Amino acid sequence: MTDAAAQALPGQQPAYPALRSAISHSVLMAVSFVMLYPILWMLAGSLRPADDLFGGNTSLIPSQVTIEAYKDGWFGLQISFGKFFVNSLIIATLATIGNVLAASLAAFAFTRLKFRGRAIWFALMLGTLMLPYHVTLIPQYVLFLKLGWVNTWLPLIVPKYFAVDAFFIFLMVQFFRGIPRELDEAAMMDGCSPWRIYTRIMLPLSLPVLATAAIFSFIWTWEDFFGPLIYISDTGLYTVQLALRSFIDSSGSTNWNALFAMSVLSLIPIFLIFLFFQRLLIEGIATTGMKR
Amino acid sequence: MTTPIRLRNVTKRFGAVEVIRDLDLDIEPGQFTVFVGPSGCGKSTLLRMIAGLETISDGDLLIGGQRMNDTPASKRGIAMVFQSYALYPHMSVRKNLAFGLETMRMSRAEIDRRVNAAAETLQITQLLERRPKALSGGQRQRVAIGRSIVRDPDIFLFDEPLSNLDAELRVQMRVEISKLHERLGNTMIYVTHDQVEAMTMADRIVVLKGGQVMQAGTPLELYNSPANRFVAGFIGSPKMNFLDATASEAGIDVAGQRLDGIAARPAPGRLTFGIRPEHVEIGSGGGGASLGEARVDLVEHLGGTTVLYAVTPSGESLNVVAPGQQGIRTGDVLPLRLDPANAHVFAEDGSALRRSA
Repeated sequence: MTDAAAQALPGQQPAYPALRSAISHSVLMAVSFVMLYPILWMLAGSLRPADDLFGGNTSLIPSQVTIEAYKDGWFGLQISFGKFFVNSLIIATLATIGNVLAASLAAFAFTRLKFRGRAIWFALMLGTLMLPYHVTLIPQYVLFLKLGWVNTWLPLIVPKYFAVDAFFIFLMVQFFRGIPRELDEAAMMDGCSPWRIYTRIMLPLSLPVLATAAIFSFIWTWEDFFGPLIYISDTGLYTVQLALRSFIDSSGSTNWNALFAMSVLSLIPIFLIFLFFQRLLIEGIATTGMKR
Repeated sequence: MTTPIRLRNVTKRFGAVEVIRDLDLDIEPGQFTVFVGPSGCGKSTLLRMIAGLETISDGDLLIGGQRMNDTPASKRGIAMVFQSYALYPHMSVRKNLAFGLETMRMSRAEIDRRVNAAAETLQITQLLERRPKALSGGQRQRVAIGRSIVRDPDIFLFDEPLSNLDAELRVQMRVEISKLHERLGNTMIYVTHDQVEAMTMADRIVVLKGGQVMQAGTPLELYNSPANRFVAGFIGSPKMNFLDATASEAGIDVAGQRLDGIAARPAPGRLTFGIRPEHVEIGSGGGGASLGEARVDLVEHLGGTTVLYAVTPSGESLNVVAPGQQGIRTGDVLPLRLDPANAHVFAEDGSALRRSA
């Protein structure tokens, strides 16, 4: 069959189209199942009664379905879980706005404005990509401590407005380079200031890459555990990820069902974002750096 | 409105490279001036300096008598049509036309009036709500011109605006741009590398090479009395023939023949003799000077004219454009003649020797 398919000329149907697609689909489904199993098991676990959870139970179908764990989880900590969702949502939204705004401004400057040492600044910016997070962690902590920002959300949000994420800047630089310079020049002849070129020409033409950056930025901030762990100590300021961690009690009496239930809930926003923005995301990655 | 442009000792440097050197040029009000030259001659850079898209390294740019070196592009009273049209892809044609006016904070009513008037002039009214990507090349070109018209500028600049169009459309748009100039009467500068565009559209042609003006003049001045060998070869199609020649006290020898009746009297030495293909005549009788006999290598029958690629006995190639349809075949040996009045003589440095008329 493979031979026949290999011999098929481009544009011709392979010899056994139905069989081919059946095989490739079963392979894909098998691999997907392996990837999805832990999540499905977690989902099943969240719907099981507590005593049914462990003991080598690998089944994905609960013997008995109950939403008890969701109730336990939502009200299990001193503060309702809704509060943590609101906290996470505020931080992720503000961080995303900051990232997109600052990274696009920085990328605009790197691609369209002339300033002293532009090449060096650009190289330095790229260099930060290679700097492990852990290297800057302690100096950063000391800085925020001196600013009195520890145990607030500010260390998680404010830096994003200063274009700290070189990945997003680079992504946008590549995209902006693909936008013809003659458009800027035409806008200059039309009397546009650099700011107006940025807002009226570059941003509208960069929607795919802006969406890509926004989606990644939101997801990464939402998922971030380490940042909140370091900077936030008040339970009232906890993000969802921190709150999940606090189910694991040091005394050993961890309510696993509740933890699974809340973990399932914490996935919903990301799942929804993927669902609605998948098209934009793919378009954004596919067109990055390409002339249109 | 008609505005003169004056360039005084203008120099443009990119790093250490001088692209334009010490250039002086006067562009008279209301003239259609064409900058022409091979690629890399600095014609586009010169246009962009006038537009304000490139800084001027040295010298002065005067528009309407005022020094404009440091005036931003949008304040120079200039509109420019780009080679790639540079239409804003995310805006409708109407928004494209209106964008510059909105930037100037013009009133809505005035913007609408101007956009509609320009659209009517260019016959693009039915396209106003479309996006640029839904337009053909010719339509995009019209929109690009429309965008410059609505601003009602003193001066129009065109940077190779027709080079992305197919041959037929190019001729059509060429005529339309000429008509536009006739109707508006503005000062216009047009950059092209196509000497046919230059010859057909220009009131005045400026031939550039290596960042310097080789010659400026009307199309026929450039054709009839090129100032140097470069202009002689650049203007006219097919190219002028250049043959090695030697001058002595007795006269000028070209391709082994003594040519009589040439007005120029150069000092003895080597020179270049130039004759346009359409000025070479076939036949041994009649007046004029003989060029000797040449063997035909290739014949092109164009119907209206016949192009011969010939070789002189001295081994130099010589092209001839003969009128009408000729029964000449490859391998034929033909006697060639010319009218000395049409001959050009260039010194060794390439400068034309004036014909003492």
